[in-house]
Amino acid sequence: MRNVEEFVDVVVVGAGHAGCEAALASARLGMETVIFTVSVESIALMPCNPNIGGSSKGHLVREIDALGGEMGKNIDKTFIQSKMLNKSKGPAVHSLRAQADKAEYSRRMRMVLENTDHLSIKQAEVNEIIVEEGKITGVRTNSGAVYHCKACVLCTGTYLNARCIHGDVSVYTGPNGLQAANHLTDSLKANGIEMYRFKTGTPARIDRRSVDFSKMEEQFGDEKIVPFSFTTDPKDVQIDQVSCWLTYTNEKTHEIIRSNLDRSPLYSGMIEGTGPRYCPSIEDKVVKFADKNRHQIFLEPEGLYTNEMYVGGMSSSLPEDVQHEMYHTVPGLEHAKIVRNAYAIEYDCINPRQLDASLEFKNIHGLFSGGQFNGSSGYEEAAAQGLVAGLNAALSIQGKEKLILDRSESYIGVLIDDLVTKDNKEPYRMMTSRAEYRLLLRQDNADIRLTEKGYRAGLIPEERYEKLQEKMRQIQEETQRVEKTTVGATEEIQKFLEEHNSTPLKSGSTLGELIRRPELSYEILEEIDKDRPALMNGVGEQVNINIKYEGYIKRQMKQVEQFKKLEEKKIPKDLNYDDVGSLRIEARQKLKMFQPLSIGQASRISGVSPADISVLLVYLEQMRNNRKIEK
Amino acid sequence: MRTDTIAAISTAMSNSGIGIIRISGPEAFDVADRIYRSKKGTKKLQEQPSHTIHYGYIADGDEIIDEVLVMLMRGPRSFTAEDTVEVNCHGGVLAMKKVLETVIKYGARPAEPGEFTKRAFLNGRLDLSQAEAVMDIIQAKNQYALQSSLSQLKGSVLRPIKELREEILYQIAFIESALDDPEHISLEGYPEKLGEKTNKWIEKTGALIDSFDNGRIVKEGINTVIVGKPNAGKSSLMNVLVGEDRAIVTDIAGTTRDTLEEHIFFGGISLNVIDTAGIRDTEDVVEKIGVEKAKEKAESADLMIYVVDSSTELDENDNEIIQMIKGKKAIVLLNKTDLNMVTTEEQLKGKIDHPVISISAKEKTGMEQLEQTLKEMFFHGNLEFNDEVYITNVRQKQALEEAKESLKQVRNSIDMEMPEDFYSIDLMSAYEALGRITGESVEDDLVNEIFGKFCMGK
Repeated sequence: MRNVEEFVDVVVVGAGHAGCEAALASARLGMETVIFTVSVESIALMPCNPNIGGSSKGHLVREIDALGGEMGKNIDKTFIQSKMLNKSKGPAVHSLRAQADKAEYSRRMRMVLENTDHLSIKQAEVNEIIVEEGKITGVRTNSGAVYHCKACVLCTGTYLNARCIHGDVSVYTGPNGLQAANHLTDSLKANGIEMYRFKTGTPARIDRRSVDFSKMEEQFGDEKIVPFSFTTDPKDVQIDQVSCWLTYTNEKTHEIIRSNLDRSPLYSGMIEGTGPRYCPSIEDKVVKFADKNRHQIFLEPEGLYTNEMYVGGMSSSLPEDVQHEMYHTVPGLEHAKIVRNAYAIEYDCINPRQLDASLEFKNIHGLFSGGQFNGSSGYEEAAAQGLVAGLNAALSIQGKEKLILDRSESYIGVLIDDLVTKDNKEPYRMMTSRAEYRLLLRQDNADIRLTEKGYRAGLIPEERYEKLQEKMRQIQEETQRVEKTTVGATEEIQKFLEEHNSTPLKSGSTLGELIRRPELSYEILEEIDKDRPALMNGVGEQVNINIKYEGYIKRQMKQVEQFKKLEEKKIPKDLNYDDVGSLRIEARQKLKMFQPLSIGQASRISGVSPADISVLLVYLEQMRNNRKIEK
Repeated sequence: MRTDTIAAISTAMSNSGIGIIRISGPEAFDVADRIYRSKKGTKKLQEQPSHTIHYGYIADGDEIIDEVLVMLMRGPRSFTAEDTVEVNCHGGVLAMKKVLETVIKYGARPAEPGEFTKRAFLNGRLDLSQAEAVMDIIQAKNQYALQSSLSQLKGSVLRPIKELREEILYQIAFIESALDDPEHISLEGYPEKLGEKTNKWIEKTGALIDSFDNGRIVKEGINTVIVGKPNAGKSSLMNVLVGEDRAIVTDIAGTTRDTLEEHIFFGGISLNVIDTAGIRDTEDVVEKIGVEKAKEKAESADLMIYVVDSSTELDENDNEIIQMIKGKKAIVLLNKTDLNMVTTEEQLKGKIDHPVISISAKEKTGMEQLEQTLKEMFFHGNLEFNDEVYITNVRQKQALEEAKESLKQVRNSIDMEMPEDFYSIDLMSAYEALGRITGESVEDDLVNEIFGKFCMGK
């Protein structure tokens, strides 16, 4: 039998949220790209929650968009409800979240993939990676076909040796009963890749017609909708929205769970994988937070053309009969019909410390990876990594400098840095508290932070880049104007202040000073700001934040300066840590294992002390001097 | 590399001679000018030529701290190759401490252990052959400083700081959970509650800072109790250690009836020495109280120095003391070697396994050996970096002050009605500053606390 043989630039394995971004980035840079999926119907599938964004995840989507990724545009076209979370809090933690029409989301992404030049979709399971002399050269499918490539991006999600479990029912499939990938792990292990086994879970889906909504609180979307993508015109997203519904578990629910714990695969030891603490199953919550007598449950529609609803807050791997009993105790769900049972899923992923910050394997040249395969969780985390991995696969083939984002410029940088420098023992989820410079890394300024990088990499068109330049110019000019413009203590001004519960002026004041008052803002001052020019969308918001939080922002910028100094001290790849005297043994082992790119990165590895960093600095200096002398 | 301005005491911390406080970095001259007053009060150090010495005062505002000589060295012609100012002050511990604190108050940062050396090396002042040695020093200094800072901090200081940290972390985790999952966790009415807590924390850190100011921390060296039967020469030994006649020394047994306490630097080691009444069976009521007190003190000490009168036979009292020091850190001093030796080292070594040193408190002999033994017992024989013990304390105080400042900022943000996410920024800074004292790193504390204490998620 003869096997198919093809030659491409980049192979992407998996067409979930990471795979889609990876393939699009690579193809958009002109690389001949093939994306493999076990089922074309499952492209950009959302097998768990029906929404995109949320706290810190919304930031990721904005950043993906600023770099030229697709996720933001895709959700803007397919959302059915949208909400800016934390609006009463500071701008750093405002987070956009949109409910998606799952089928539409998937369909539109598939359409984008199908219509992207240099990109082809292939339905097949990849069984093997082919590595020659430490370099990826191709992949082999289950039918024996070989795709030779220059780079490969693995985005296998939760499909590797996947097993879905509830009660004592265990099936070897990926999410939603899709075919698992049962061979690739062996090939990866044979190539020296260290694997982990993680677990996650999803709640039941129920039939909308069987729900009594009168017992629940309706949750509406925002009146004024803000789009995710900086390229989407806000006018285009003001749609009629659907509602979500809030209800609660109660003591009866908890009692049922408690009395059936012995039948849970989590507690019986049937599940070996490590689950995420931030996304606990309902049985976990009941056990761990025994003092809480109720937990919130959100009912979220899965789309406009389906009656299925997602029971947010109640993921479980309890047996089917217990699930029935337990869901039926929740007000409004007394007669709920379960369409799909809740289940836990176990899957293989890698220990991500084998990757460098460009998401390339340190030991296999040309092999990249992204998404849940890297030990993360969440659609947005996956998409962000997919974009970086796909982009870097293409850039490295083109001999260009790879894109490495650091912690001070983006959440994506924090995400990747955490993955590759910390010991991750559970699926990693983004959180705003993980970003030490979060005041600077806001969702509202993601375009300012990252568009230029996307442009330099080749994913952002000239026109969009120029528009951003103009926006930044306007922000600067308007900030200066507002800081300089003074208003007197006139009757009109005093009346205006009184209306807004603000102390009257004793003498003249600049508009800037007024903006700094907690009860006022740039937007509110429009009434008394006679010379305000017409500005681009988003400029006013930046002016307001820059002035209002100036002190805090400056403090963080100072911290970033310190941070940058250490990041800029690069560690040469050929450094032999055994040659560095007086490093402690633990530090030496960790440094060898992680091979940090910079002193800054080295300093974040657990087990490496400040003293070790000093030793390393001195050694590097010594090395540099030696080389100078040799020359 | 940090290129800010650093300062530290660069001579040994002792009560002798002159002490030097070194300031190095781009702002060294600025800092010095802020606190230096010439005799006429008009001289600016920045305007003076390099490598010159100037007489004057160090002042904190209007308050004169010390009379000093100030030496100016512009980079690269200095040890660190940076602009350097060296303040020669009176060598007393208190004077040096005050000058250093003033320097720090006016803009310098306390140097990390070995930081001058590191800078000197990185700026090319040390040649390559010295590199290995430098690395060892930095490493050793670091470990030593951490070890000594921790060993210096007693539970009474460490405990409240740890508690404070735990409380702060819990509140940060609460805020962060609410930010992460606003639909599950509400911050309604929270700022007010946090405000009250913050006030208490500010008060607590303030009290801790005061305790540093009182020198209590500096005093917390090795708690040492001198024991021995009456007239073995305990008080004489104390006098040798202190360097002045503090205890009453007579030939009559039982002269020291109460305990005397003295904080001293002996060979660079910080000792908190308690001289006790001689331990003996006695009918004298006052003396009896003294004896009981001595036993009590000995129980809780870090170190016992057992003084044996070599001119007499070991008696019942000695046997009682030997029982007392069993299994404890102790040094046995065989005193009065200037007299006829009746009890010998060999005799003692048969009864105890503590180090035995022959001395004469009267002739002041055997002191070097005592010093060496102390160093071996407490610092693994490695005590060239004694200044660091003290620096550590200054840094701890500074960390507390930073924590207090951050907490005040939290208070300020609450009063200004800033959004809640701003609180956690400064709470985190306070948490980190306190962590530098306890030697605990932050790592994943917060994330663990969030997941451990608050129920969130889908």
